[in-house]
Order: sequence, then C-alpha cells, then structure tokens
Amino acid sequence: MEFWFEELHTDNVKLSIRVDAQLFSGESEYQRIDVFRSPEFGKFLCSNGSVIFSEADEFVYDEMIVHVPMSVHPGVKKVLVIGGGDGGVARELSYYDEIEEIDVVEEDQLFIDVCKEWFPDNACGLDDPRVKIYNENGLRFLRSRHDQYDLIINDCTDPLGHTAGMFTKEFYGNCFGALHEDGIMVYQHGSPFFDEDEESCRAMHRKAFRSFPINRVYQAHIPTCPAGCWLFGFASKKYHPLKDFNGKRWNARNIKTWYYTTHLHRGAFMLPRYVEDLLSEEENKI
Amino acid sequence: MNPERQKKAPIYDALERFRKLHVVPFDVPGHKRGRGNPELVRFLGQQCVGIDVNSMKPLDNLCHPVSIIKEAEELAADAFGAAHSFLMVGGTTSAVQAMVLSACKAGDKIILPRNVHKSAINALVLCGATPVYIDPKVDVELGIPLGMEVQDVKKAMEDNPDAKAVLVNNPTYYGICSDLRTIVKLAHEHNMLALVDEAHGTHFYFSEELPCSAMEAGADMASVSMHKSGGSLTQSSLLLLGPEMNPGYVGQIINLTQTTSASYLLMSSLDLSRRNLALRGKESFEKVARMAQYARDEINEIGGYYAYGKELINGGSVYDFDVTKLAVLTNKIGLAGIEVYDLLRDEYDIQMEFGDISNILAYISIGDSLLDIERLVGALSDIRRLYAKPKKDLFTAEYISPVVATTPQQAFYAEKTRVPINECAGHICGESVMCYPPGIPILAPGEVITKDIIDYIQYAKEKGCSMQGPESDDISYLNVLKKGSF
Repeated sequence: MEFWFEELHTDNVKLSIRVDAQLFSGESEYQRIDVFRSPEFGKFLCSNGSVIFSEADEFVYDEMIVHVPMSVHPGVKKVLVIGGGDGGVARELSYYDEIEEIDVVEEDQLFIDVCKEWFPDNACGLDDPRVKIYNENGLRFLRSRHDQYDLIINDCTDPLGHTAGMFTKEFYGNCFGALHEDGIMVYQHGSPFFDEDEESCRAMHRKAFRSFPINRVYQAHIPTCPAGCWLFGFASKKYHPLKDFNGKRWNARNIKTWYYTTHLHRGAFMLPRYVEDLLSEEENKI
Repeated sequence: MNPERQKKAPIYDALERFRKLHVVPFDVPGHKRGRGNPELVRFLGQQCVGIDVNSMKPLDNLCHPVSIIKEAEELAADAFGAAHSFLMVGGTTSAVQAMVLSACKAGDKIILPRNVHKSAINALVLCGATPVYIDPKVDVELGIPLGMEVQDVKKAMEDNPDAKAVLVNNPTYYGICSDLRTIVKLAHEHNMLALVDEAHGTHFYFSEELPCSAMEAGADMASVSMHKSGGSLTQSSLLLLGPEMNPGYVGQIINLTQTTSASYLLMSSLDLSRRNLALRGKESFEKVARMAQYARDEINEIGGYYAYGKELINGGSVYDFDVTKLAVLTNKIGLAGIEVYDLLRDEYDIQMEFGDISNILAYISIGDSLLDIERLVGALSDIRRLYAKPKKDLFTAEYISPVVATTPQQAFYAEKTRVPINECAGHICGESVMCYPPGIPILAPGEVITKDIIDYIQYAKEKGCSMQGPESDDISYLNVLKKGSF
C-alpha cells in the first residue's frame, strides 16, 4: 500500500513525499493545517496543502534566518518574530544570552497548538522565559510599535495566502518604524526559480529595497521548497551583512549548528547570475 | 419577506436544468457554448460561456417575462419589500433613467438635488423634462456634498406645485442620508412621485441597524445597484416599484432602451445574489458594519486622518449615516485624497473606490476580510510616515443657485458656439461643468452663465480643484448655445 503527499510547485511540476500516516488535520479561521509522518522527511506540517517545514530540513532556514543577522548586529537585545508560531526561530534565538526579550506575533493559535503537540523540538523555543507570544495580526501589532526592536524576523512564508499582508510595502515600512536606528529586518524571500514564484520574489525585492538603506539577498538550499532553492532578505538601517559581519565573535559563541557556518555566511550572499539580474532589474525600476 | 420562498433561485435552477439537456444550438450567440471561441473559454471558463445563451422557452425572456424571470422578479420584490421589481441589465444607469422616464414627459418638472448622478441628467436629455434643483448642503471641512434638507424640498414643492416627481440620492457615495420618510410624505401630499437613486444602498434592505430604505419609506420607485453592495455581477441592477405604480407602463418604458438579448450571466447573478441577501444578508452586513467600524477606529488611531461616521448626523442635511461606508479625510496630512488614492494603488497594491480632493473612499463589502482591512490601515499609517506634508489652504465651496433657461434636452440638441470663459456671462451653457470638490455641478446644459459663476470657476481653478465636463480641459472657453437656436 502506498500513500503519497503531493504539492504542486507549478501547474507542471509537483513534489511527492511518501507518507506513513496523517497525524493531524484541522482548520482555523486562517488556514487548513495538516501534519504527516514520512520516511524521508520525518514529520512535516502543511498549510493549505503546502509544506511549511519538515523535521528533516527546518534547521536550514531557522538557522539561516537567525544566525545571519545575529553575526552582524553587535548588540541585539530585543527581537520581534512575525509568524514563527512553530518556535524554531525562537529556539535559535534562545542560544544568545545577550537577548533580553523575544516577542513572537502569531495570529493563528491553532498553528501554535499543533506545533506544540507534534513538533516539540521546535516548540521548545517558545518555552524560553524571554519569549512572549502575542496572538494578533502582525501588521496591527507593528502599527503601534515605534523604535523598539534591534531585530525583526519575518517568518511568514506565503506571499499570496493569509500572510500576504507581511509581504507588502506597508509591512516593510511599519517594520522600519518599529526598529531602532541601527535595526535589522530579515524575511523569507521565496524561491526565484519558477516563473510564478519569480514574480512574487521580484515584487518583494521591489518593495523592501526602497524601504531600507541597505538591502541584500542571501540564499539557502532547502529540499522541500520549490526547486530546492530559497532566498532570504536582509534589510538594515546601518549594518551591512558582509562589511559589518564579525565571524570571529560569532564562532567564539560556540553555537552548535548543522547548516550555518561563518564561511557559509559570506557564500550565501553570492548569488547566481539570474538572481542577481532579476534583483538589479527591480532595483533600477523607477 | 417569505423566508421559505426566498430559498428558490428560479433562473439559476433553470440554467442548471438547461445545461444538462445538451440542446443542440442553432440559435445565437454564435460562439455556441464557447466551441467557436476557444480562447474565450480558456479565459472565462466553460461553466461561464456555457450559460451565455439566448432567451428561449425554458429560460423565459426579460422583455416580456412569463415564467422563471417573472418568478425571479417576484422573489426580488418580496425580498426588498416592493410591490414589483424589474431585473435590469444596463446598469443602475438604466434603472435611474427608467424611473425618470416613467415619471416625466417633455415639459414636466422634476425636483432633484444638484449633486445628482449624471444618469439622471442624461435621462432629462432623453425625455425633455425641466430640472428644479435643490442645494445639497456642503460640509466645509470634509468638502463633500450632503443630503437635501426637508425645508428646501418643501419650498421647491410649494414653488413648483406642477412638478411631477422628486428624486433623492440616498445614500450618497459618502454614506450621507436624507430624511427619506418625510420627503416621501411631502411628495405624496403634493401629488408628486418619490423616486430614489439607491445605487449605494442595497444593503439597507437587510439590516435594521442601517438607515431607512426607499421601499420602507414608501417611495414609488427605487434603483438598487445589486452589483455594488449586493454581490451580483457588474452591470446588473434592480428597479423596485411601490404599490401605486403601474408595472405595465414602467415595463414599456424600460423596453424602449433595453437590450432584447439580456445576458443570463447577469440575470442569474441577480437571482443568486438576491437569494443570498435574503437568506444571509443580515449577518453579512452586520459583519461589514463591524469591519468598517474597526477600520474607522484604527485609522483615527493613526493620527492625521479622519474616518468619519455617525457623529456627522445633524438632523437635517445629514439625517442618517451609512456605517458600511468608509470615507477618510486625508488633507490634514497635507495630501489630497487623490494623492493618497494613487499612492495606495501604485506603491501598496491597494485599489480604492475613489479619491477626491480631500477624501478617499474604501468600499467595504461582503467580500472583504479583516486581513485586508489591516493592509489598508497599515498602508495609511506608512503613507503618513513617508509622505505627510504641511496642510494646505482649504477651498471653500459655495452654492450658486442655477438659472435654468431651457431644458437639458433643448440645450443638448441646440447649435453651439465656442466663447472664451471671461466673455461667457449672459450666454446659455451647452455643457456640464463639474467641480471636485465638492462634486456638485456648477453648470448643466441649458443654464445661464453669470459673472458670479465665472468668478467661482476661476477661484476653484486657482485653488487646485479639478474641473470636469467641458470639452476644453483648462476651461479657457465654454460651448454656449447660439442665440435663437432653441
């Protein structure tokens, strides 16, 4: 007997994962959430039929979205995580002693509950005493925050679904306002390879590029993402992701990682020609 | 309203039955269920082109309904508390024109607010009636036209006892309502028909929390834009009749200009939307009102903007307010409404209903969600942060009573000549001149151009108002009637 989970990456390409069992299925006001167990990726969670993360590859983006800005900014005390109800980002942040507060804004309580039940290795991040969970809309939360954070991490992944509001000019603008004068924002930047994804990738860069004085894009390899290729955005008011990068200081922390290294940090900002081209096209648009 | 009966949707049901019959089409439309136009099928979908069919026995005929369309019209009348209803496929414009043409003949007078929709003025060109205008008061701070005051309506009726009808805009685009019940009562006391352009008030019929609807007020006819807040397809609309009207005569008037190939896409959308409103309208519009109120509160929290609501009610020119409308005054952050409108679309991918000099308007409907409201509020907050400027001088609009020299119809067909604007005094205008804000015509075809009007046009231009209507973009000249040409 064979059970296969399938996700269309485009109309003509799909990812199939053999599954052993469906562990959970439920619907909230915002999304349908499913959890499966698979031989290759372990447990994985889907939102509206798209894989959000799997046990086997979540470390890649949780590490990449946290350690890259943390090895650049010299003094992060207060962090805001938008989305991130699974706790993976909070877990990576919890390795840094100098962080005093981690605010996690996750609108969907069901998402948090499901992750706590089925993904305790991620959700343990939410148990850190510095973490405070806010159950509200990210945009609404940001509107009332001014000059409060050193780092904002946008952990939402879907620019077209219920988190579409987190991929807009007003979101980037409100993040800018909520950050200190030397603050950094990192965000999921999608996959650049397939035509359909390319357009939202371009749109994101077009908006974020104009919202912050420094804006660079970096990449990682994530098997369950479309084409296995995933980008992140690094938007910053003061610190440059390479010029202000301090690998020595980061290595001295002895944080155990599986993907991120200080060598990889530099390499991640070196992009394929076609990605460089599409980004610079957006930068040069009036 | 009979809730059990409202569960029916006769046009929709007939189309579903028809689809399963697989009838061989040797009639129009020539695309033959899309087979002759594959590109169109790919674009619109088989389901959609498959029901784009012509009138035939099982599907009735809008020009002379006897079966399913007749039943759909009866159901719509029942849902809206009307004595009779007509499905309209030429937009609410066609409904407004049918009202005016049913009420007036050439030479008759009709009382209307000056800020009436152009479909009503065009109806006067068609039928040759003479307008008697009432000054809609203007809110100086917001720069928007308000409703008609009862004493002004009463005076117009007493001055023009021979007028055949009064037309009311209710609510206005901005959600302002007049005292409809009293105006209808006055009209009937003066043997006049009460017509209501209710293009922006479909939802009034489905909530007790919202202002009084035309049929509830006892009006004789009302035009309802089902495609605006009612959820049907663009261009579909309803004309509602009160008990004193003769539906046979109104039907004849409608058929003067209505297509003989009415679209079943439009008619089925009216049928399904009517059913949805009757069964679920109340809770839907309560949700819409809550969303609009949430948006108002959040926008007013940002600072600099003013999203207005029921506090405008003053018992006269603002007798009631439609809380589902979300209009926002923007000029206190130094940006014209139209500038904010452009920024929202170009920079934030948010399309507003419109922007005028001082305001923007968001149309909140049964299709909206709080997530989208958050985007709008977030964008407005970001626009204030990035683009706010010192506030500019206010433009003060004043009302100049028009002098109607001849009917819009005569002016429309008369021979005209171009005259430089500063030499226009004394001439009769051949075109419309509209000034935004506040969106009230300064001149309509057939009106005398006075020195005061020319001064006002110059002043409004200097203040940066947008002048629309005339052939000459900068209003350096106007087309006026040739002497002796009418």
